[in-house]
Amino acid sequence: MSQTAPLGLTGDPAARTVAWRRFTDVAFQVIALVVLLVALGALGALIWDIVSDGAGRLSWDFVTSFPSRRASQAGIWPALVGSVFIILVTAVLAVPVGVAAAIYLEEYGGRSLGARLIELNITNLAAVPSIIYGLLGLGLFVRMLGMGRSVLAGASTLALLVLPVVILSTREALRAVPGSLREGSYALGATKWQTIWYQVLPVATPGILTGLILALSRAIGETAPLIIAGAVTFATFAPDSIWSPFTVLPIQIFNWVSRPQVEFHANAAAGILVLVLLLLSMNAIAIWLRDRYTKKGAA
Amino acid sequence: MSTATSRPLARLGDLTSNRQDSTDTNVPPKIDVEKLDFYYGDKRALQDISIRIKPNLVTAFIGPSGCGKSTFLRTLNRMNDIIPGTRVNGKILIDNVDIYTSGMDVVQLRRRVGMVFQKSNPFPKSIFENIAYGLRINGMAGSKSELAGRVEESLKQAALWDEVKDRLHESALAMSGGQQQRLCIARALAVRPEILLMDEPASALDPIATQRIEELIYDLKKTYTIVIVTHNMQQAARVSDHTAFFWLGRLVEYDRTEKIFTAPAEKLTEDYVTGRFG
Amino acid sequence: MSLGPAREPRRRSKRFEFIIEWVLFLSALLSIGTTIGIILVLTVETVAFLREVSIVEFLTGTEWTPLFSMPRFGVLPLVAGTTLVSLIAMAVALPMGLLSAIYLSEYSSDGVRRVVKPVLELLAGVPTVVYGYFALLFVTPVLQRFLPALSGFNAVSPGIVMGIMILPLVSSLAEDAMRGVPRGLREGSYALGATKMQTSLRVVVPAAFSGITAAFILAVSRAIGETMIVAIAAGQQPRLTFDPTVPVETMTAYIVQISLGDTPQGTIEYRTIFAVGMLLFIGTFGLNVVSAWLRERFREEYA
Repeated sequence: MSQTAPLGLTGDPAARTVAWRRFTDVAFQVIALVVLLVALGALGALIWDIVSDGAGRLSWDFVTSFPSRRASQAGIWPALVGSVFIILVTAVLAVPVGVAAAIYLEEYGGRSLGARLIELNITNLAAVPSIIYGLLGLGLFVRMLGMGRSVLAGASTLALLVLPVVILSTREALRAVPGSLREGSYALGATKWQTIWYQVLPVATPGILTGLILALSRAIGETAPLIIAGAVTFATFAPDSIWSPFTVLPIQIFNWVSRPQVEFHANAAAGILVLVLLLLSMNAIAIWLRDRYTKKGAA
Repeated sequence: MSTATSRPLARLGDLTSNRQDSTDTNVPPKIDVEKLDFYYGDKRALQDISIRIKPNLVTAFIGPSGCGKSTFLRTLNRMNDIIPGTRVNGKILIDNVDIYTSGMDVVQLRRRVGMVFQKSNPFPKSIFENIAYGLRINGMAGSKSELAGRVEESLKQAALWDEVKDRLHESALAMSGGQQQRLCIARALAVRPEILLMDEPASALDPIATQRIEELIYDLKKTYTIVIVTHNMQQAARVSDHTAFFWLGRLVEYDRTEKIFTAPAEKLTEDYVTGRFG
Repeated sequence: MSLGPAREPRRRSKRFEFIIEWVLFLSALLSIGTTIGIILVLTVETVAFLREVSIVEFLTGTEWTPLFSMPRFGVLPLVAGTTLVSLIAMAVALPMGLLSAIYLSEYSSDGVRRVVKPVLELLAGVPTVVYGYFALLFVTPVLQRFLPALSGFNAVSPGIVMGIMILPLVSSLAEDAMRGVPRGLREGSYALGATKMQTSLRVVVPAAFSGITAAFILAVSRAIGETMIVAIAAGQQPRLTFDPTVPVETMTAYIVQISLGDTPQGTIEYRTIFAVGMLLFIGTFGLNVVSAWLRERFREEYA
């Protein structure tokens, strides 16, 4: 663009337009940056608020005690155990089904009508609000199948909730495996399943694991489906089998936030910190697992 | 066991028939194709191909790009079945059995008719595991020592053993391009095929690696029937006994290599081999 | 050594392959089962509910008091609560999300993007119960300093916080849509002497219109279905109003409220959560379908 008259009020209309346009351009960028700073600021405020409210309350005592009517003595132990337990059972339920379904859709289904319908269905399910899954869990697992308000019912509900995400991310991981790998295997006289099991899956595993951890990270923070489909809100004991009643961290936090006394709010904030720590450790484990598998796959 | 520089390469015009002549019409063909048509969906890629490929020889498919030679190669081990929407009319008989009949076990067919691809595709595993894989899935592994023995044998057949015998458990992906391709050949040979299909096996390699592959092919034809697709006419002339020239999905001419390159019957063939069109 | 018919070991593996394929197929079919399950569970209880309450009263009544001795089952207050909070959330998320997307897609350097995108992803990954805490115990008090009349439970705090939560979704989907616009269009605009802003706002955004609209609709669907932020910070007083400073109750918060209580199965109160859930499902499902259809059309335009 040619260098024209300076930003002045000379008679040259073209010059004025150019100057005006440059001004609005810069102004726009400033506005956009402000927007991003607001988002950043919100995150910062959130973190600061939680940490300042809850860090004081966070202690080993807090982690290992049971809830109580006295805020200063209340602890988060049953909820912590409940969360870990539920996530493990959910993973056990969701992973085989999810990976199997993804393998079918990616390797066998092709473009058949049945496969396309299933795909469409899964995309829809991924966008259904989680509270609806809670209602499904209540009607199906808790009542109809008679599981009652148990870890199994809650985990089954969460498994259905994360299933679409597991399937979608597993499919991505499978799709990333180059076709030349499959061709090389077929050319040696391998069957489809041998090719999938011995060649495709090992290469896709890191990606599958990452997607799985993402799904489970979401599940750990889920509150509404479990409130509806199984958990109790005042648990004085940690669950010891898949048939026991249970509660989870987010629900315990919700319970404390809903109380009017300020002391319980501190508990809630500390509970949030525990939840965040749990989430971070899950992600760390995931990254470690994925790195281990990537190294193994290469040689 | 040949080494890199000891064997002189055959030259155009140098080809005399002091080899055992299985171009002798009394020897039955290994592969007998009768009026083959091939379709990608509605588009016809191969038209009315009939050809008889003799055993223990090297047959080259040449032709400009897009003429269908790779497609045809892939029909011989039914590799095109993997692509949806493909269709075949006509017959392909291998040892007198039509491989497109409904009872044919494609999986076993592919073991018997091996394939080496244009871009080498070693598995992301160790050198040893690359070869062991084919043996294991076909139930040919045997005991640990037997397996090791078979892996060694294949690597020797592919003239790769000396270079990798001390690093069998390192990743195959750490080898050079030429080595990777020879590994793919060893991998294919390990499962004891009778026919070896090679789709431009040296096109991604430098001249020295190419030379080694060509020598390898020359050695291998004593044991195997080899069909090689190449866009490099000099390579076809160096390496093959018979040559088939394809153009726009049709087989134009098929004869002994020296005849195709010195006195072809069809004008189209002559135009191609003299470089009048690409 | 010729190629003969299949031999014994191969036949067994053929049957094995067949079984494997069926097991995998049934796993895939389970997802259809989930959808059928949702529809069935909701329908059965809703039908039972509608046997006692007329659908007209349900959809048009203006008082929602199912737990009173004189129960009223007009769902409009809940719908109003949901709508109010969602509107506020969209007022935050849509313009900010779009601006963020334009900036990231058309202006930003790699360095900026490397900082901003993880931050946005973090925002999207915070558990909603944490946002609820933030809305009730930080945002509301802060707003009360400027608006002393603001009630402790209200619609504006959860609305704003929900907007921040949904912003990353809008931003990333809109950015995808804009990135799908071919470079040639931008270059044509620049070649005429247009600035970046003019090109972005007048060429790229209109070209990506259906993709951006799809993103917006998906954001609305997300806001409607959101539960915990409103359950914690909006209140439990169903009220047909558009005043954002008073407590309201959304459809989702109501479902949670009843589930926390001791409602026995088979009672009409129990059934109300399914009836409200059915309404919620139909609403979000409809929005999701429209969004998906728009996204498909956008992809066809620039395939």
